[in-house]
Amino acid sequence: MRYLREFRDPELAARLVGAIAAAATRRWTIMEVCGGQTHSIIRNGIDQLLADQVEFVHGPGCPVCVTPLETIDRALEIASRPGVILCSFGDMLRVPGSATDLFTVRARGGDVRVVYSPLDAVRIAAENPHCQVVFLGIGFETTAPANAMALVAARDRGLRNFSMLVSHVLVPPAMAAVLTAPDNRVSAFLAAGHVCTVMGTTQYEPLVAAHRVPIVVTGFEPLDLLDGVRAAVQQLEDGRAELENAYPRAVRPEGNPVARRTLDSVFTVCDRAWRGIGVIPDSGWRLADEYAEFDAAIRFDVTGLTAEESPECRSGDVLRGVIKPPQCPAFGGRCTPRTPLGATMVSTEGACAAYFQFRRLAPAGTAPRATGHDGGGRP
Amino acid sequence: MTETVDPTRWVCPRPLRDHSAVMLGHGGGGVLSGELVEHLFLPAFAAAPDDARTPVPALADSAVLEVGGVRLAFSTDSYVVRPLFFPGGSIGELAVHGTINDLACSGAVPVALSAGFILEEGLDLEVLGRVAEAMGRAAARAGVRLVTGDTKVVERGLADGLYVNTSGIGVVPPGVDIRPERARPGDRVLVSGPIGEHGVAVLSVRENLEFGGDVRSDTAALHGLVAAMLAAAPGGVHALRDPTRGGLATTLCEIAAASGTGVEFTESAVPVPPVVEAACAFLGLDPLHVANEGKIVAFVAADEADAALAAMRAHPAGHEAAIIGTVTADHPGLVVARTAFGTTRVVDRPLGEQLPRIC
Repeated sequence: MRYLREFRDPELAARLVGAIAAAATRRWTIMEVCGGQTHSIIRNGIDQLLADQVEFVHGPGCPVCVTPLETIDRALEIASRPGVILCSFGDMLRVPGSATDLFTVRARGGDVRVVYSPLDAVRIAAENPHCQVVFLGIGFETTAPANAMALVAARDRGLRNFSMLVSHVLVPPAMAAVLTAPDNRVSAFLAAGHVCTVMGTTQYEPLVAAHRVPIVVTGFEPLDLLDGVRAAVQQLEDGRAELENAYPRAVRPEGNPVARRTLDSVFTVCDRAWRGIGVIPDSGWRLADEYAEFDAAIRFDVTGLTAEESPECRSGDVLRGVIKPPQCPAFGGRCTPRTPLGATMVSTEGACAAYFQFRRLAPAGTAPRATGHDGGGRP
Repeated sequence: MTETVDPTRWVCPRPLRDHSAVMLGHGGGGVLSGELVEHLFLPAFAAAPDDARTPVPALADSAVLEVGGVRLAFSTDSYVVRPLFFPGGSIGELAVHGTINDLACSGAVPVALSAGFILEEGLDLEVLGRVAEAMGRAAARAGVRLVTGDTKVVERGLADGLYVNTSGIGVVPPGVDIRPERARPGDRVLVSGPIGEHGVAVLSVRENLEFGGDVRSDTAALHGLVAAMLAAAPGGVHALRDPTRGGLATTLCEIAAASGTGVEFTESAVPVPPVVEAACAFLGLDPLHVANEGKIVAFVAADEADAALAAMRAHPAGHEAAIIGTVTADHPGLVVARTAFGTTRVVDRPLGEQLPRIC
């Protein structure tokens, strides 16, 4: 695969770090929107490289993290019923619902399958006409086109035993919510590159104009992230606030028109609850009325199911960049990947999981509370 | 009198397990597997009154028993890989190589294996024949005999084609003492070649994924490689482990925990084939967590590390061997990676199951 090692080159990384250090006259607070970016920053120690120039605050772009508890509970309820095959991306299986998780449902006899594409779930539906096959359709604009394609395929094939539990979320309204919060500290954004691959960049122009905030469309590899930071810092130092594309190899201004047309035909914008954050207006997609027959929540009559979050979990503050994971009193003690209170500690893209996994041995002074679940000696 | 195992009493030294049923993760070789052994099997197996207070020894890949003045290594492993055949091998080669490698990690010279089959009603005999022939060929190449066996058949639907168990015995040569807890500060950490190939090869056929390159399982018997290392660095080889389920990261964490030391390694020194890197990037996996079936990780005294490395590189199973890190007295129990960018991060075992039924 090309475009992988090229974007992990240490010498080029050192040059970019030098450029950022030369440009920065103060320490800037920058939010990377996407959980994949958070993971890459922490895993590669990019925040360590830029400790004097940038404070990274970690954004809400972890799909598993923001999927509301009641969506998880609905999936658990559906998966527990006989004759149902529930298909999901693997990440969702360990996310705790109110009482259990999908792994446990599976161990108790539920048919829960990990798939790599929603089209696999459509195929499973075609192969199992006597079962109801449900795909857990969560995520941002990134995963939505494949889910939309699956619904189009299911309708074209006349599959009456396929449905989707949809809880899609949209990035720009969440960024607006971060910016308008009274405790906002973010002075620039690294926008989520893959979302822009689908949706393009134009939808960020109103945010830039209204809040005078630099937004740099950024990729996920170490050099992508450093280049995004370089562009953001340069804008901040120049007193500019512009929409800038630092991920041009994957992102065009108009996005992917074919995907967008499919999305428009399958989904309708709606208000959406974000786990740990609350309801954000016009921040989600539900199935369009023409696809209502594929709505698993209706088909299985689970729309009445509601749930309450653990009051101890501060994932909402983490997802809005108000606190860092180690600042949560439950971090590493009551809340670990083994015993998560919230989804940010579960998902591979979750900020809490990233800190727990990679930062138990942070340099003195910057250390989050050292802890461990393996019983090993700790500093 | 034996007591019934009560999972709600699994309180010491780790917190109570929150599942009341077996999860796939309990077979993943990671944290959950370890808990099952520590909190369910060991207490149950040590329940006989006369050895109830016997301290639990550090767990190695095989047990070493002194019998009539000879030190015998004894090990067992079961194989449930799906699909049965994959690029580079089959469940047959895995079953032979895997148990040989567990013996080799005690420094033992493997002598003989048993083979137990659980077959599903309806399994094509041609398939069973291919698996048996693969086992026979693998054992012959390794110079190890298959000497006893067993066959059971379960009703259709109660097994996925076939499962294999192999047990093996070997002789530990005099003077050889290789155990996880013998790793000590200053030791060099060596890996015998590129990581992640087995897991990615199995996944590529199972999920019909192509990663822009050919990838084959690295399944291989490693006792010859171990013998070469022991000849080149007598006394210097402190600990050996084959990084199967849970990958290199799990092996390093296990040795660090068993020996009460810390491990530091340089990420860029770990050989990762481009196709493995690409597959992991695509699937969101960490190459350090992906299974190997023909690699060994060695903890060798600093002054003998170069000799051991040279011996590994001169052997066909180790020609891409590399020194990847050192053992330290700092941060005991923790494994720390130095990234290509000069930063550091903690490396952990995967919590549960990343890729079920990989071996």
